[in-house]
Amino acid sequence: MKLDAKIPAGPIEKKWEQHQLDMKLVNPANKRKYKVLVVGTGLAGASAAATLAELGYQVEAFCYQDSPRRAHSIAAQGGINAAKNYQNDGDSVYRLFYDTVKGGDFRAREANVYRLAQVSVNIIDQCVAQGVPFAREYGGLLANRSFGGAQVSRTFYARGQTGQQLLLGAYQALERQVGLGKVKMHARHELLELVVVEGRARGIVVRDLVTGEVRTHAGDAVVLATGGYGNVFFLATYAKGCNGTAIWRAYKQGAAFGNPCYTQIHPTCIPVTGDHQSKLTLMSESLRNDGRIWVPKQAGDKRPPAQIPEDERDYYLERKYPSFGNLAPRDIASRAAKEACDAGRGVGPTGLGVYLDFGDAIQRLGQGAIREKYGNLFEMYERITDDDPYQVPMRIFPATHYTMGGLWVDYNLMSTIPGLFVAGEANFSDHGANRLGASALMQGLADGYFVLPYTIGDFLARVKPEPLAADHPAVRAAEAAVRARSEKLLSIRGKRTVMSFHRALGRIMWEHCGMARDRQGLQAALQKIPALRAEFWENVNVPGTGASLNQSLESAGRVADFLELGELMCRDALEREESCGGHFRVEHQTEDGEARRDDQRFAHVAAWEYAGEERAPIRNVEPLNFEFVHLATRSYK
Amino acid sequence: MSAQAPTAPAVARATSALSSTIGLKVVMAVTGIALFGFVLGHMAGNLQVYLPRGADGVWALDAYGEWLRELGHGGAIWVARAGLLLAFVLHVGAAWALSRRSWAARPVSYAKWVAKESTYASRTMRWTGPIVLLFVVYHLLHLTWGSAHPDFRTGGVHHNVTTGLAQPLACGVYVVAMLALGLHLFHGVWSLLQTLGLSHPRYERLRRCAAALLAALVVLGNLSIPIAALAGWLPR
Amino acid sequence: MKIRLQVWRQEHARDAGRFETYEAPDVSPDMSFLELLDVVNERLVLEGREPIAFDHDCREGICGACSVVIDGRPHGPRERTTACQLHMRSFPDGAEITLEPWRASAFPVVKDLIVDRSAFDRIIAAGGFVSAPTGSAPDGNALPIEKENADLAMDAAACIGCGACVAACPNASAMLFTAAKASQLALLPQGQPERWRRATAMVARMDQEGFGSCTNHGECMAACPKGISIDHIARLNRDWIHASLRAGRRTATSGDSAGG
Repeated sequence: MKLDAKIPAGPIEKKWEQHQLDMKLVNPANKRKYKVLVVGTGLAGASAAATLAELGYQVEAFCYQDSPRRAHSIAAQGGINAAKNYQNDGDSVYRLFYDTVKGGDFRAREANVYRLAQVSVNIIDQCVAQGVPFAREYGGLLANRSFGGAQVSRTFYARGQTGQQLLLGAYQALERQVGLGKVKMHARHELLELVVVEGRARGIVVRDLVTGEVRTHAGDAVVLATGGYGNVFFLATYAKGCNGTAIWRAYKQGAAFGNPCYTQIHPTCIPVTGDHQSKLTLMSESLRNDGRIWVPKQAGDKRPPAQIPEDERDYYLERKYPSFGNLAPRDIASRAAKEACDAGRGVGPTGLGVYLDFGDAIQRLGQGAIREKYGNLFEMYERITDDDPYQVPMRIFPATHYTMGGLWVDYNLMSTIPGLFVAGEANFSDHGANRLGASALMQGLADGYFVLPYTIGDFLARVKPEPLAADHPAVRAAEAAVRARSEKLLSIRGKRTVMSFHRALGRIMWEHCGMARDRQGLQAALQKIPALRAEFWENVNVPGTGASLNQSLESAGRVADFLELGELMCRDALEREESCGGHFRVEHQTEDGEARRDDQRFAHVAAWEYAGEERAPIRNVEPLNFEFVHLATRSYK
Repeated sequence: MSAQAPTAPAVARATSALSSTIGLKVVMAVTGIALFGFVLGHMAGNLQVYLPRGADGVWALDAYGEWLRELGHGGAIWVARAGLLLAFVLHVGAAWALSRRSWAARPVSYAKWVAKESTYASRTMRWTGPIVLLFVVYHLLHLTWGSAHPDFRTGGVHHNVTTGLAQPLACGVYVVAMLALGLHLFHGVWSLLQTLGLSHPRYERLRRCAAALLAALVVLGNLSIPIAALAGWLPR
Repeated sequence: MKIRLQVWRQEHARDAGRFETYEAPDVSPDMSFLELLDVVNERLVLEGREPIAFDHDCREGICGACSVVIDGRPHGPRERTTACQLHMRSFPDGAEITLEPWRASAFPVVKDLIVDRSAFDRIIAAGGFVSAPTGSAPDGNALPIEKENADLAMDAAACIGCGACVAACPNASAMLFTAAKASQLALLPQGQPERWRRATAMVARMDQEGFGSCTNHGECMAACPKGISIDHIARLNRDWIHASLRAGRRTATSGDSAGG
């Protein structure tokens, strides 16, 4: 497979501008002749669908939820970065670019990241114009805060609900186009196959989740904005419905999968309480601005936190990383928590937790100020745990939160299948091996509002709008494959539920492909996952029929795909013999336990190519050239 | 937003506004104000039943009735009656239209439903309204036209009131009706400010108190008369 | 804990529906309500029966998917809490709990506890937006906004579109949902140019969808998991009246014409 990233030539600050000039335009009168299918209506999908419709293309949008407004972007709490430098604290496009490349541990493509930093400023303007109620100062201007590993205040926020407000802005823009008849919205529809005709993405096969009807929609271009695949871990901060099916189907149709092993484990989630647990809840990282993280110095110290005197507490982040302290990047903070718990110093009934203590902040700023800043987060914590964080320190533990890996895309966000574009968390593009806080919202909206509308236009200007016959052999084959798969799942009637398989897969992934990975564990996982998958196809019980709403069938299809995707993640993690960002290989660490990159051998993107059932996938490589950022060892000490 | 014809005729505009739930509620609020104003004025007039005969030997209440009938060469009362009738018809009509919509909006009711914020008054508006409506019919037959009165004298308002209300059954009807009216006003007065958008969070408590006070005033003022009549405390 | 559930089961929109009883032994007080349903469903599947269909997604109280009337209250007994964040410790051991779907003709039942809330999307499509096509925005700080108004707008914007307001309203009215969006945009300068059109268009759509009328019970506010106040309804009422009085008062004599 040939990987051409199509990075424009020229100095980095001119690349996007020049590329915009070089791209072809579709004649305004012809735009309505092209149809674009957008799958997923989170930040990336909703913004792309709305913007493409505003430009005049026919758009059909799809989501599995009952409304596009429920996409999981809505759960992002903390904020969105933009290089506005409103605070006059030395921020700039270049600094945001540099921070993102460095935060990603030098495993992202420079040109993409620079463009992201450039358009970040437009995103804020766009969202303000839509009526997104960002936090403001008394003077009426936009407020900022500093966030996860940044030394400037460039994060814009709307209380603890930034993702919700940005998504509702995009959703409202989308609904406006629906009302105008420019977008046809298909809620409660799930993509189950991609239709590829003569090497080009020409349509999708979807299942109407209410009626069970399987149907093909044809288009001139397809956008997958279907989010990440972190639910492969079962317990994660994702919504229960989040899945990897769309990108996995595309992978099996020939789209390369970039860096599948790069997952982000978020340090501040509420710990697990028992086997019934169905998901983990994230507490915004902004809590780390005022909360101090600690564990008892003594292993097995079971005293209540208030009875542990100051000098018997280990504020391990402040100790290990004096300049960043509690604000160290997510991968570092997560791993440090795991180390503390592995050493028997974890707190809470399960021993899988560390304290996030607001005692000092409350003493310094007063309870009112803390309530003003974090009131809703404290309330949420109390609702879930029944503990009052104003009195007792919170207990937190890391959980899977984001996948930096995803379908490989070029500079135009097009996958290796022409006509198939991938946006937001579903692609691999901008975050390298680790994503900085408040950058996911930025990337989703950058892709949807400001990148895809240009690059899809360029693609469409080069192809003719052509209808795709409903009885085209490729359509028939794709529909038949979808039906056969559903029927197979429904016919097994075994002895285990879908959820029990999902839990089992999650345990394997968390144990062997989680915060710390090693060769032995990954090899074990590569034995266990195929065995679990084989059992799944023999012993799963999916009740009901495919001819009506059937939530068991929906999740069975998703888990079946996770059982394959999980294996690819482990394979990728095994092959990447270095530690970088969220990928920590125990074999590759410095003497004091820090990640050790191997830029000689691994300064590249691993783009996996499907080679057929029962055949090992092919690992292709896109070298990463750092022309503008000097490769350095990431240090937050 | 679908483009509306910019020059829709006024009638069409009014019709479309009145077919809206908010439009109908505005009608209820505005007519509610008119009817409430009438209730207050009517009560103030009626309380004159406690006053003695004047120097000319005419009951104060009878003189007041005479004055009302003579006002504006006898025209004013008919204008007021027409206005009241219109307000009444609109109020009831709008209530009927809105109730029908609400019933249609929940065809299957809950097996279990627990109220939290609504009040007894708000939940019984569709009972207290019709009770007051039936009462008005009876009240007109009783004290305006006299057909439901055992000893009706035209122009003898004081007599009609003191004798008519001294009957236990009639008195009971008045008591029940006034309690219903009180509940209706307690929610109605508070609610109409909300409907007209005249509420403000800062005055929320004040609004609740004012509604309760006004409703209590009407109930007490109006109830005192039949009770006093039954007890024989009214001047005869 | 031991819990007994009375659950509404309905095959599809036209099915009459009925209650069925399920026992749940071994319930942990740390379970969320939806995790309890998971456990019940796992058992049903293994017994070869159809699991209970219910809408859920984020399970952290923000997506607005979950929609169950629990013992006569939308989202259950705890204030400002969605069903997904309601924990079993809120119930006594041995409790018998009744589960029903949102009941409104504008929200037809799809299956069991799942209803179709697409009417809400159509209300937004009718006017719940600021027309700001991508690329046309001025600088974010070009328009200072009073902090109080920005905060009030955020209060309204917190709506998660779950529909508990409709479910709780004795009239099945959607005024709180509609007003929350209209009021958010009415409080912000960006929302002013379309303010009056928005009020009438959204209310017209709301009526057309078959929701009941608001009679100011306030049940919506009590059921709202985000605690959105009915003050926003008053603001929408005011705007609607203003818009209706203003309609047709001024009319430009000619529209835009394309330049040569």
